[in-house]
Amino acid sequence: MSMKKKTFLMTAVTFAVVIAAFIICQVLIENKLMSRALRGQLIPICCYIVMAVSLNLTVGISGELSLGHAGFMSIGAFSGIVLAAWLKARFPELSDLARLLMAIVCGGLFSGVAGVLIGVPVLRLRGDYLAIVTLAFGEIIRNILNLVYFSLEGATLHASFNQPVLPGKFVYNGPAGAQGVTKIATFEVGFALVLFTLLVVFNLVNSRSGRAIKAIRDNRIAAESVGINVTKYKMMAFVISAVLAGMAGALFGLNYSTLQASKFNVDASIQVLVFVVLGGLGSILGSVISATVLYVLPEMLREFAQYRMLIYAVILILVMVLGNNPTLRGIVNRVGESLRGKNRKGDKAA
Amino acid sequence: MVSFLSHLFNGISLGSVYAIIALGYSMVYGIAKMLNFAHGDVIMVGAYVCFSALQYWHLPPIVGVLISIVLCTVLGMLIERLAYKPLRQSTSLAVLITAIGVSYLLQNLALLIWGANNKVFTSIVPFDALRLFGGELVISGESIATVVCGVAIMIGLNAFVRRTKMGKSMRAVSEDKNAAELMGINVNRTISMTFAIGSALAAVAGVLLCSTYPTLTPTTGSMPGIKAFTAAVFGGIGSIPGAMLGGVLLGVIEILGKAYISTELGDALVFAVLIIVLLFKPSGLLGKPVREKV
Repeated sequence: MSMKKKTFLMTAVTFAVVIAAFIICQVLIENKLMSRALRGQLIPICCYIVMAVSLNLTVGISGELSLGHAGFMSIGAFSGIVLAAWLKARFPELSDLARLLMAIVCGGLFSGVAGVLIGVPVLRLRGDYLAIVTLAFGEIIRNILNLVYFSLEGATLHASFNQPVLPGKFVYNGPAGAQGVTKIATFEVGFALVLFTLLVVFNLVNSRSGRAIKAIRDNRIAAESVGINVTKYKMMAFVISAVLAGMAGALFGLNYSTLQASKFNVDASIQVLVFVVLGGLGSILGSVISATVLYVLPEMLREFAQYRMLIYAVILILVMVLGNNPTLRGIVNRVGESLRGKNRKGDKAA
Repeated sequence: MVSFLSHLFNGISLGSVYAIIALGYSMVYGIAKMLNFAHGDVIMVGAYVCFSALQYWHLPPIVGVLISIVLCTVLGMLIERLAYKPLRQSTSLAVLITAIGVSYLLQNLALLIWGANNKVFTSIVPFDALRLFGGELVISGESIATVVCGVAIMIGLNAFVRRTKMGKSMRAVSEDKNAAELMGINVNRTISMTFAIGSALAAVAGVLLCSTYPTLTPTTGSMPGIKAFTAAVFGGIGSIPGAMLGGVLLGVIEILGKAYISTELGDALVFAVLIIVLLFKPSGLLGKPVREKV
């Protein structure tokens, strides 16, 4: 199979899986076969799929380890919440759907701006340093969000920094977070956002830019010496990833009536990273599946709440240690080769 | 003025804890070239073990500290052997994620063993606070003990790395692992030893940290761990005086920032300083610049 055919097949399979999953969910909901608990998780699942796919763009495809992805999500979430609240006061005639879409766009924009601001200094660093600095930025965003206040007085939006005294009703109240949010997020929009994300990421990965990004990941010096603008392409991947995370954040934020910045801490970033790593670095379908399974699984294992993170940790270590074991790798490769060999014979026969 | 001095001393004391943790981080990073994310959680384990020794088995504080040091040393070597050694040839991403896994594992084991409720750590420092300026400036015994320990550890470690044979092989391994191996240095043993020393220091840091800030939870270690890494990077990773300097500066910045700017911004300030330092001096304050080879 040619490379082109293979990537096309992978894209088609990913879209098919996502669309099929959506249709199955809709059928189950229509026939009231889905439990309330699971139905409540559909929107967060969409958000985390988008988070995982977008982080995969940074970590798997661009090869830059980011530990601050939840920071972008929080920017998107709170800017979306504030915009949605203001729109409701200012333009009461707007439908919920319109407000939701505008909030998602706004979340993506703000998060993208943050991505540019953070990317400029951060992307000069490499490897572990980059990891620790993205982590630092995630924490800085969280700390700053604890000092920001927004209130609505009629249709006027007031904002302040480190001064919790504002006229009107608080929309976003520093450490107490966003309160009294009207839940306007819908599963359909979540699904659309997942499709949008897949479209963007697949298009990028299979484009000239995507190949440049992967070349930089594989060998920065070699890529630089054939004339690839390293900073530009690294920035591109980083900012697109931030925009998508912000959009997911806005959807996520508008799905809860209250939300605090403390929810988007290092652990949240690491959780998404775990989705990406266990789904397979660089594999988009892997991210989609692992985000879904790993998000639903802990909720299903509620009774074993004590052990679930423990199991998680053990699985994570085992996957890394065994996955990098040369003997095991050799076996997997040989099995893969023999399978592929069979396929080739099949091709000839056909 | 007095309140400034008191904040300054608190900052130096907190900074000394960061410095002790940072020494462990820095040594491990220098030699194994890996970001040991679980280091912060070894601190937490050290504090819990000491807490149990004092609270449940009613042992004298010094015995508690010794047990905690021994256990953490063994734990550190075990982690290295089981989780990191198999990955020595892998990418740094694989190692980092394994370290995150180990960190989760330790936190959740602690959660299972000691429960989610906060434990109140009783200080192990036996002497009273120092009162200066007619009792206006109070420097707690914990602060003094922490600073003294920090300085002693730094001097001791520096001497160890410079004068002993093991120290020499550590320096050799950190410079070039393959060349060191060719010179007959047992690289595995050296790395294992580094983890042992780092973890022993983590135990000391855990006990000192919880003597000053007595709330003990399974996540007690993670923030100080991250800040200590920041301190190690700030001072120049791989450099022992650098780790000490970075730690103390960071502690002072954090406490003064919390006192004079905003309680919420203390942590943000620490990280902002890290970012600025890395931008202008990527090898840290006392680190040696590394040239890139093709």
